[in-house]
Amino acid sequence: MATVRISDVSRTFGDTTAVRDLDLDIADGEFFVLLGPTGAGKTTSLRLVAGLETPDEGALFIGDADVTHASPADRDVTFVFQQYSLYPNYTVFENLAFPLRAPGRRLSDAEIRRRAAWVGERLGITDKFDNRATELSGGEMQRVALGRAIMRQPAVHLMDEPLSSLDAKLREALRSELKALQTEIGSTILYVTHDQSEALALADRVGVLGDGELLQVGSPEEIYRHPDSVVVARQLGSPAVNILPCDVLNVTGTGASDVGLRPEDITLGDPRTSGDGLVATVRQVERLGAENTVILTLGGRELRAMTAPELSLDKGTEVSVQFLPEDLLYFDRDGRRLTA
Amino acid sequence: MAEIRLNQIHKSFEDFTAVSSLDLTVPDGKFFVLLGPSGCGKTTSLRMIAGLERPTSGEIFLDDDEVTASRASDRDIAFVFQHYALYPFMTVRGNIAFPLKTQGVARRERNRRVAEVARQLRLEDRLDEPVFTLFGGDRQRVALGRAIIRHPRAYLMDEPLGTLDAELREHMRTELRGLQDRMQATMVMVTHDQIEAMAMADLVAVMNAGRVLQVGSPMTLYRRPADTFVARFVGSPAINFLEIPGPLPANSETVTMRGSAVPVRPTTTAVDHDMVTVGIRPEYVRLADDGTLAGRVITAEYMGTHHLLTVETELGRLRVRDTHRRRAAPGERIGVSFEGREMLLFDPASGRAVQAIDDVSGE
Repeated sequence: MATVRISDVSRTFGDTTAVRDLDLDIADGEFFVLLGPTGAGKTTSLRLVAGLETPDEGALFIGDADVTHASPADRDVTFVFQQYSLYPNYTVFENLAFPLRAPGRRLSDAEIRRRAAWVGERLGITDKFDNRATELSGGEMQRVALGRAIMRQPAVHLMDEPLSSLDAKLREALRSELKALQTEIGSTILYVTHDQSEALALADRVGVLGDGELLQVGSPEEIYRHPDSVVVARQLGSPAVNILPCDVLNVTGTGASDVGLRPEDITLGDPRTSGDGLVATVRQVERLGAENTVILTLGGRELRAMTAPELSLDKGTEVSVQFLPEDLLYFDRDGRRLTA
Repeated sequence: MAEIRLNQIHKSFEDFTAVSSLDLTVPDGKFFVLLGPSGCGKTTSLRMIAGLERPTSGEIFLDDDEVTASRASDRDIAFVFQHYALYPFMTVRGNIAFPLKTQGVARRERNRRVAEVARQLRLEDRLDEPVFTLFGGDRQRVALGRAIIRHPRAYLMDEPLGTLDAELREHMRTELRGLQDRMQATMVMVTHDQIEAMAMADLVAVMNAGRVLQVGSPMTLYRRPADTFVARFVGSPAINFLEIPGPLPANSETVTMRGSAVPVRPTTTAVDHDMVTVGIRPEYVRLADDGTLAGRVITAEYMGTHHLLTVETELGRLRVRDTHRRRAAPGERIGVSFEGREMLLFDPASGRAVQAIDDVSGE
């Protein structure tokens, strides 16, 4: 395992700057997730580290080696894609073993079997070792692809939305398994996704990308609780953060233009007995099982609050809206966070 | 608006049975969701209601009118497709008014109804723009507008939000549900996304392999699933399943887990096997020093509003929804206990619930 250093890297395609001045240090054994919408530069960043793209400017290091101009094969990285990339006519075991039999490595059969047994058990694919890749479900194929990468024990794992073609239940299950594996073996992983829950759940640190630039880097807790901008705040959380003009929440004297408030930081009460004057009307209640999302109208604006599933509210009910001042996020006119 | 009733519907394509013994009532003015994995028969069922497929046997009623054999165009039902078929170079107004134009409705009446629909859908400012300039959510609204303007007896929608990105989908589901509330329309929506079903529906029918497994309010399906398939399909993160020793007689009020008696809702059916399947949702498992089971944290995933722990216990791996501010660390030893009233007991052979399936939507 190794560190990765991306030093002021830029990459332009024609008139489009896909990645601009990307500067990032990833620690040895760190699970680092790049999060952003389509077109933010996530995949280009990953391909630059893989050597599938060459930077126009800047330098790349894996461990102590400058790999800026090294070929992909010389970088000691593995790449797991969104689309399964197994050899269809090989069995699962052959797919796992193949990279380790390559001329540069040539591991003994005993060692290959030992490693295959180890990942097979952790990813629940041992009983599929003799099946052909074409006989597998999507979830099983992606388990094999992940297992194959992990068996190689490279300096760095690169993963491009490896879970996004799976259905919701599988995605969630495999997400936890991947996290457990990484915790156990301490691999360095650079992972890109557009799915905020995946980023929060998996990452030691998250880098939020927008329009080719790194907007903020921090632990999941840091970027969720302390976003630097409206753009970052909106990228994280489901239901999404409420962003409202200050006067809607009776916030004055802060110099802020807008405030952000997360749905779970709102408490709803009876307006006759609680709160200090903010009264909203219940428009809809989405009962999601473990929690409810209550959609309210406040001062002509939409506000989303998260409540316990036991709280039942009828449409049209008036409720008081309460929150702690320390949970408010203050933003200036340009959407930048103001800190006291 | 109308009530829709399906009576013993079968549908086969050559030797493949798409839908069998389907009995379903969609009450007038309700938002009804057909939920299930791909290939479960939900879209075929919807297409039969629309008149786009003929059932092999069985009957379909709109209120008291039997429509089993009537053509789609004679049913007065609006179908909103997943890939909205709009005329891209026509304006929003032109697209919405189109069905009235083909019916020969006079211009003045058309304009009045377009204005009404535009208000309901908040499209007033976009009426004169060509459709190709609009983004996903607005296009979706135009497609809806074209359905609404006919004042049909019911609306059918096949994965209407499926092509939108996550943020827009969340927004559109609120909007669509709000619209249904304002119009008090009978709506039937097909989706494979259980969150969408939970968030939007008055009633959900869960389907698998051509059959309806359970019909109920979202909370009833979530807290009182009729079988292990429904329990697993509904809810995210997924429900935990454990096995405890059986048999278990009817009218049992406790189960034994690792030597401790845990009070549960009484069983109505006996389990005559040497094990009983227990389902428990992640939010009903609690961390407790002197818990029922001892465990070790495998992973702790930060989810913003809570942590999702994976805990290895003596009875297998459990997901725990932990709302404490401090994140438990992998390797940490903890105890877990269970909210007994929310423990779900199933027959391991049939997968059927062995407790009463009471309606909990009012709780």
